[in-house]
Amino acid sequence: MENILELKNITKRFPGVVANDNISLDIKAGEIHALVGENGSGKSTLMNILYGLYNADEGEIYLRGEKTRITEPKQAIDHGIGMVFQHFMLVEPLTVFENVILGSEPQKRGFIDFKGAEREVARLSKEYGLKVETKSRVEDISVGQQQRLEILKALYRKAEILILDEPTAVLTPQETDELFQVMRNLKEQGTTIIFISHKIREVMEISDRVSVLRRGKLVGTKNTSATSRPELAEMMVGREVLLEVEKEKAQPGEKIFSVSDLEVRDQRGTKRVKGVSLEIHSGEILGIAGVEGNGQQEMVEAITGLLRTEKGKIYLDGKELQNLGAMQVKKKRIGYIPEDRHKRGLILDFNVADNMILGFHTEPPFVQRFFIRNEKAIKENAEKLVEEYDVRPPNIQQQVSTFSGGNQQKIIAAREFSRKPRFLICSQPTRGLDIGSIEFIHSQIIDQRDKGAGILLVSAELDEILSLSDRIAVMYEGRIVGEMPIEEADEKKLGSLMLGGEAGEDKGGDEVEAGTK
Amino acid sequence: MKLEQSSLTSREIITPIISVILALLVGAVFILIVGENPIEAYWVLFSNSLIGVSSIAATLQRATPLIFTGLAVAFAFRCGLFNIGAEGQLYVGAMAAVIVGVSLSGIPKVIHLPMAIIAGMLAGGLWASIPGLLKAKLGVHEVINTIMMNFIAYFLTDYLVTGPFHGGRWTPETARVFPTAELSRLFPPTRLNTGIFIAIAAIILVYFILWRTRFGYEIRAVGFNPTAAEYGGISVSRNMVMAMVFSGALASLAGVEQILGVHGRFIQRFSPDLGFMGIAVALLGKNHPVGVFFAAVLFGALRTGAAAMDRLTDVPRELVVIIQALIIMFVAAEELTRRLIQRRRRA
Repeated sequence: MENILELKNITKRFPGVVANDNISLDIKAGEIHALVGENGSGKSTLMNILYGLYNADEGEIYLRGEKTRITEPKQAIDHGIGMVFQHFMLVEPLTVFENVILGSEPQKRGFIDFKGAEREVARLSKEYGLKVETKSRVEDISVGQQQRLEILKALYRKAEILILDEPTAVLTPQETDELFQVMRNLKEQGTTIIFISHKIREVMEISDRVSVLRRGKLVGTKNTSATSRPELAEMMVGREVLLEVEKEKAQPGEKIFSVSDLEVRDQRGTKRVKGVSLEIHSGEILGIAGVEGNGQQEMVEAITGLLRTEKGKIYLDGKELQNLGAMQVKKKRIGYIPEDRHKRGLILDFNVADNMILGFHTEPPFVQRFFIRNEKAIKENAEKLVEEYDVRPPNIQQQVSTFSGGNQQKIIAAREFSRKPRFLICSQPTRGLDIGSIEFIHSQIIDQRDKGAGILLVSAELDEILSLSDRIAVMYEGRIVGEMPIEEADEKKLGSLMLGGEAGEDKGGDEVEAGTK
Repeated sequence: MKLEQSSLTSREIITPIISVILALLVGAVFILIVGENPIEAYWVLFSNSLIGVSSIAATLQRATPLIFTGLAVAFAFRCGLFNIGAEGQLYVGAMAAVIVGVSLSGIPKVIHLPMAIIAGMLAGGLWASIPGLLKAKLGVHEVINTIMMNFIAYFLTDYLVTGPFHGGRWTPETARVFPTAELSRLFPPTRLNTGIFIAIAAIILVYFILWRTRFGYEIRAVGFNPTAAEYGGISVSRNMVMAMVFSGALASLAGVEQILGVHGRFIQRFSPDLGFMGIAVALLGKNHPVGVFFAAVLFGALRTGAAAMDRLTDVPRELVVIIQALIIMFVAAEELTRRLIQRRRRA
């Protein structure tokens, strides 16, 4: 196969960092080429250069053998390059086909040719197997459909090279399967696809070749069939990585935590948790699987005292816990890694030391007589935790906003784990982290389990649920719709439960998704 | 590297200084338009406000109420609240202090003066707690509330000074407070009084509270990120109310100082916008107690020197108002000074 696209010696510098360092990359016509790397490795920068959003400081782009200058997205589109961003660029109140034609409306005597446009969109949708209801408003369709719409938009503009930027990040397992089917259809019809991802499993499944970036440099390009997951992981991280979480079988002890018939409304007054009952023993991890927005967050916030419990009981060691308030819950040795570390978990403008006492700042030794802070104790606490949890850079005076996501999460973990929690809630504990940090956080969670803590793990990542949990419960529309020991769980079974189906029953994605909205 | 610290970063110090220099440069253009020599005019302005005991005393006297209102605005701001109501709070505080000052007689100064001051602080704090409560419990924006509360304070004190507590003959003012409730003058004939010591104590206290106590930690946590503060078990609403109470008490001290140390009585609408100037002082001082001190002294010096400049040159005293406005503009346009610093680094 000939090369449809060649990037030669691309270099892009931002103040203080070389985002792309002399990258050369060939893309063959009609292949699915995966571009993988950790956060900040430069894959998005490289694609943004190709799409004309950034201009490279050095280097050349050859399209179909000809040297091409792309300085703005319009030129990229004219050259048959389409890009689907992680965050969709859609006008929500408009219909699907209006969104497709937006910016390149077909005209007929000075008016927009809506009829013709609709026919064209429907034709494309059928040809490539992109199921989208063309007359629906964007705000009413599922995320999976919105993504297909974005792909349609690119195809409508005659894209021959399609860049998909982390397309699976927002999808359920079923939707991911459907996307892969679409990608295979597109490939059959001759479209070249560049697939950006940091999920190695997906790359192995769908791509023909894979290029790995690390710290702005191209580590190498491999034929997917000739490489392996461990090899790719090592190329990404630069050292050997444990892909599977190493853990012993759980040794559950006595029941320490339970909720019964929990009902919670969110801040707008909508009932989001509709009668959940759970039990957690010491030394075990209960994983809550589910598509985000099915009440997991509200359940967790009710347990941690941030949201009011409307009905039902929460027990820790037999004592009721509901509606005690966040401070009292903390004092009961309940650790909590919140879903959104910037909004909930950290005060980004505070330094490390002050963040390390958040929630414990009212307790000795951090505060002494007359509510005066004990600066020495605060400093010693931070220094100890920074070393123990390998926070980098190890500067406790530095503002937390300047740390990487992985190190920010380490700060939270250090704070929450340091008080020897009896019960621990980890909500999306590795969201947005790179492989190295994920490995670290996972081993810390297992460590807490082995020390006897009961752990409630909430994650949208099925891989994470499956590799950490000892038992798994699936949450759907505010209810627990299934629970099983890890030995009986598999991706298919969980995926179907997550979409409201029965375990084992395979349901198509679309109709059910509408229900989750 | 960015440090969140109780001390100001070098950039937080440089930006205001550059802003002041730029403002003086632009002010020089106006002096040229008037037909005077800028260097000479500025010499007159600053030599008459910063050289010699009486000049410095006069400058500090003008700075004293600005320190209080500046601290008030800065304190609330550290909790994420924009207190535009310092003006109203200082009127209410001044009135409460005067009522204690004129009503009680025959008690020693060590009791009477603190009573008057505390009465003022309580009144100001209570006054500010109303917008604080409205914000914390009902989510009503404090900017709107504090502004509205200003008007209530004006007319409430208008009524009190012309009605129940009217003590002047033809003028809308109260009777003179008893000497036992007065702040003593330090360098007569300047009106600098012991209020300056209270101001310096307030600077130290505010610094200590914000960075060395649990209360200050919570205030700053709420100011930076209320949802994370909530996660940390900190009551956002209680801290908001408390921050407003402290802010109001600080603001009221400006009124108390003016009444017990300068005028000796409550005069209707005595304040030359001291409360609003506090916003400028806090802005220039980067909401830091030490910054507030220097900003207040600068504004005090400009006001003090303006009279001499008006007298000795053809430059009208209103020039300093222009300079003050320019300083605020340049401080607010932080991006501009940032670029200037960067260009100099590159060159």
